[in-house]
Amino acid sequence: MSTIELELPGLKARNDGSHADIPALPRAPVHARQLSKRFGANTILDQLNLDIRAGEFVALLGRSGSGKTTLLRALAGLDRITSGTLDVPQARAAVFQEPRLMPWKRAWRNVTLGLKIDQPRERARKALAEVGLEHRENAWPATLSGGEAQRVALARALVREPQLLLLDEPFAALDALTRIRMHQLILSLWRQHRPSVLLVTHDVDEAVLLADRVLVLEQGRIVSDIAITQPRPRSAERREFQQVRAQLLQLLGVESDAPAEVVAPAPVPVHTPFNFSNFSI
Amino acid sequence: MPAATPTYDIAPAAWRFRLSPLLKRAAGPLVLLALWEIASRTGVLPERILAAPSQIFVTLGELIVSGEIVSNVLVSLQRVLTGLAVSLSLGTALALVAGLTRQGEVAVDSTMQMARTLPFLGLVPLFILWFGIGEFTKIALIAFATTFPMYLTLYSGIRGIDSKLVEAARLFGLSYPQLIVHVILPGALPSFLVGLRYSLGVSWLSLVAVEQINATAGLGYLINNARDFMRTDVIVVCLLVYSLLGLATDLLVRGIEHYALAWRPTFIKD
Repeated sequence: MSTIELELPGLKARNDGSHADIPALPRAPVHARQLSKRFGANTILDQLNLDIRAGEFVALLGRSGSGKTTLLRALAGLDRITSGTLDVPQARAAVFQEPRLMPWKRAWRNVTLGLKIDQPRERARKALAEVGLEHRENAWPATLSGGEAQRVALARALVREPQLLLLDEPFAALDALTRIRMHQLILSLWRQHRPSVLLVTHDVDEAVLLADRVLVLEQGRIVSDIAITQPRPRSAERREFQQVRAQLLQLLGVESDAPAEVVAPAPVPVHTPFNFSNFSI
Repeated sequence: MPAATPTYDIAPAAWRFRLSPLLKRAAGPLVLLALWEIASRTGVLPERILAAPSQIFVTLGELIVSGEIVSNVLVSLQRVLTGLAVSLSLGTALALVAGLTRQGEVAVDSTMQMARTLPFLGLVPLFILWFGIGEFTKIALIAFATTFPMYLTLYSGIRGIDSKLVEAARLFGLSYPQLIVHVILPGALPSFLVGLRYSLGVSWLSLVAVEQINATAGLGYLINNARDFMRTDVIVVCLLVYSLLGLATDLLVRGIEHYALAWRPTFIKD
């Protein structure tokens, strides 16, 4: 099969109770079927299926080498896929681990880089104000701190009003305090703009803290799809949080301190391994 | 009890930096001049070998009053600027071709690497044979000599650009021409300005060879003429003019750097 008619009612059956509170949408902005990416003999992504609904915050976990970044690059359109089908919205933006600001452009010019819009400076100022950096609009990137530079990169992504926001370990290089602030910022911006978000991370806590759904990628396939239904703001001290955390760590091959917690019935509905053949289309 | 917090007196440093940069850069040559004058006055340096700076300044004054220096420098300046305009266009175009495409690199770079080692002076007779003894040969030789520094530095600058920035630019929808204007050329600029500095220096030096060819004016003509008539004072005046041109060139490139590379951490002053 090459393409799937997304309007088929069968696909809506995917919301099988676990997502009953989320209305079924006619079309998932991100829709990948049998997605494969090979470099020579190496298969990085292996017939992967993925849907991300409009406004959904999805975190992607996986060991290094599992294909996380490759998947993100494919979604961003930076790499061609080897086979399969992939639908992504035209309006997409990304924030990477490094801010990737043009050092020779002032902050506001970085924000509007490549945009053909009226009053670019006003738009840039607004976007920078959203990330709390209106006072730095004329700063050179070299004078920004790591957190500030990453916020400019976030403003640059948001000013494009993306339908899909790709985050490639954007907080990994930040110190712990800045990271907490960035988590709060990204959630508030996500609530305001409602893009679909794919957050690639190696930090289990971060994934559970932020996402609606946590995917675990292993050997180029999504082996686990866990919905996080706890209301935000979430606390790492909560029992449910710890359970999901322990479960994810086990999936990632890290032995948990409290295995008894894992076998206890999880309050969160889990479908593992995630497989679209479970659903009739 | 903890020791008192040491206080750093930054005042002297601040005072030092307030000295005019021009004066600071001129200090070295000025000291050299003073030593030379002393050597001449005390007889350590006989006049028949090298005239005293004071005498040279008299000659300089005469040449300035007669308008000889200015008119010759202007003739040379015109040749240099024309040659540099050609080499700037040519060097930039070739560097873009070689820097941006794999095929371009194969086609251009090895040729340029071979051509750049050709001795410039050895080409003078060939250029005369091909292009005659008119203005064209002079400008072509200046352009030839100054193309390589611009090409080499711009090419390596383009190749040195962080591919992650190019990727980000592509992701944010920059077209190929926009990518060149907003990412590649600004990114290669620091490297290119080194080449520009070098090219400007080479262009003045090449005048000595170029203005031997059927020239009736120009700085090179003046220095060759003085050599024929054993006018060491005129030769030194010409050398002085060269060094001043070098200083002016340096100031020019510094000015460009200050403006165009304001984003670099070394230039950023808060």
